[in-house]
Amino acid sequence: MIVRDLSRSELRNRLRQGLSIRTGPFVNRVSAQLALVENAIALLYDQYPLEESGFADFHVRVARPAGLRRWVSPQVFFYIDGLAPFNPLPANQAFPMLEWGLNWCISAHCHRHLILHAAVVERNGRALILPAPPGSGKSTLCAGLIQRGWRLLSDELAMIDPAAFALTPIPRPVSLKNASIEVIRAFAPQAVISPVVFETVKGTVAHLRPPSDSVRRANETAPPGWLVLPQFVAGAPARLESLSKARAVTHLADNAFNFSLHGQQGFELLAAVVEASACFSFTYSRLDEAAEVFARLADGQASPG
Amino acid sequence: MKRNLLERALRAVEELPGWNLADWDLLLRQADRANLLSRLAVLLEDAGLIDSLPAGPRYRLQAALVLCAAQNRAVEREVEHIRVSLQGVVEGVILLKGAAYLAAALPAAKGRIFSDVDILVPHALTPAVEAALMLNGWISTHHHPYDQRYYRQWMHELPPMQHMRRETVIDVHHAIVPITATRLKPSADSIIAAARPVPGRPGLRVLAPTDMVLHSATHLFYNEEFSHGLRDLSDMDLLLRHFSSDPAFWPELVERARRLTLERPLYYCLRHVLRVFGTPIPAEQLNDLARAAPAPWAGRLMDELWRVALRPQHQSLAGRLDFLANGLLYLRAHRERMPLPLLIYHILHKTFRIKQGSKSDSPTV
Repeated sequence: MIVRDLSRSELRNRLRQGLSIRTGPFVNRVSAQLALVENAIALLYDQYPLEESGFADFHVRVARPAGLRRWVSPQVFFYIDGLAPFNPLPANQAFPMLEWGLNWCISAHCHRHLILHAAVVERNGRALILPAPPGSGKSTLCAGLIQRGWRLLSDELAMIDPAAFALTPIPRPVSLKNASIEVIRAFAPQAVISPVVFETVKGTVAHLRPPSDSVRRANETAPPGWLVLPQFVAGAPARLESLSKARAVTHLADNAFNFSLHGQQGFELLAAVVEASACFSFTYSRLDEAAEVFARLADGQASPG
Repeated sequence: MKRNLLERALRAVEELPGWNLADWDLLLRQADRANLLSRLAVLLEDAGLIDSLPAGPRYRLQAALVLCAAQNRAVEREVEHIRVSLQGVVEGVILLKGAAYLAAALPAAKGRIFSDVDILVPHALTPAVEAALMLNGWISTHHHPYDQRYYRQWMHELPPMQHMRRETVIDVHHAIVPITATRLKPSADSIIAAARPVPGRPGLRVLAPTDMVLHSATHLFYNEEFSHGLRDLSDMDLLLRHFSSDPAFWPELVERARRLTLERPLYYCLRHVLRVFGTPIPAEQLNDLARAAPAPWAGRLMDELWRVALRPQHQSLAGRLDFLANGLLYLRAHRERMPLPLLIYHILHKTFRIKQGSKSDSPTV
């Protein structure tokens, strides 16, 4: 059964009790009695499998507090199994807060994987890892590529499975920020995007519904194929340059969430990922040019410029 | 109905592969809240059962093992820094609690998540130890003059010290109960004199087995806060089972408790490890210790209070009167810690300096 199989009132009821949604290997039991969250889940999570086993990895809830702040400039809290690890946000940010909270659940708990702050997409059976600090255009690039035939593994968290030496998909809605919302709308008019939320800590945000194929194939891991450090530069032509493996490793280590927990094995794993990947840096300003470069890369025709 | 699945699981890990996923769901939440997820994982691993578990629970347990192993490595590194920093200042650094279990490879180290290192040094050496630690990058925390006075005049430890770069914390103890403790008067000199070297770890010492149990018991049953209560009780269960292999251990334990005035904490310890974990305890020692029990009416009350304090603080087990039990234990811990006039003075100070909470601003991603 998938979320879409539930009627609106069933969805509302489940959200009151806890709606168990499977995203790749993890099950999130989400509770919320907020129209904003219900609508966003109906829109963005409609194709996700419901978990009926009774087990969930994360028990999360977004809810308004009791008392004055329920009514006066209302707030929402994010709870994990009854505890609130973060300060509240304005109530209109309930859905982004849920998404950020779910990301945190993974980066703070799922330590069997080595977790990097990176987007991951797949084509021709190989994973393209796009690590980068926020603002570099990684999410925009990821959102653009999945509209052009790449499969979404994650827009935020590269989950490297040490045992399988592969990237584990956790496809979830792609977070779009500020100008990239309009860029994606123009680039892919058919894309389904949640209502825009203004004035969050990350600016204006909206979430993009992942392609059906990515959700359906959430169990298919992908071995590393390419490692590309993207950088958005206004007006610049799309340009791929080869990157030394040493720089690639240090860059990955800088963008890892739990590198230190994995000790020497973590370092060896990271080195092996870089060794197995063609490594590039990439500057771009136009998404359609970028998509062409990556299509050639996937087909083995790209040569560093 | 409230189901303490964690106690059931810790008593019989061999039954866990047969559990259904809904029970696993609740078990892992209770274990996580009690800081016992990784201990459960190690017990399952030792029993050769972890690979036979369903994928969901197995993942969470294995992830907990990764975290725990990393923390243990970090503590081992920190212990080495401390040993080197105190070379020539103290003869063999005495490690307490988690760091001691880890260094001596005791079963109580299994899956134990902790990061602060506690050491015990003779009172006369505390200025030299503090100076040596400062020279090596640790600085005192709690800069308020009242806090400094609280620790230095009344407590059994210096204000916690934090390393400037590594941000690790060390607690330097010179006794196992506060100077101002009202009823318990264990001799720190005697405990330090009985400490023993760790085989294969020159420069490090740990408490004698009897003293290790007594220290752990005193720490738990005179504490004011119990988020790690069940974990600490589990430590004692594992220590007692381990030390039992020496036939002299049990009689020595009770005799040592008598001489150190720690019969009451040992009484509570044995009563509750038996209740929760079914720890095998010889009848003779249990009977001996009955003399240390509180009056029957107080005993019944204390049993109820410990029952609340020693279960996972998870919503599935919460009772309506928990706040009362925790409040009473909080008052009791303070009452044991200092005489009433000093306690009133202390509470007045604390009341008028309420600290800010420590939540982070937003999720990291």
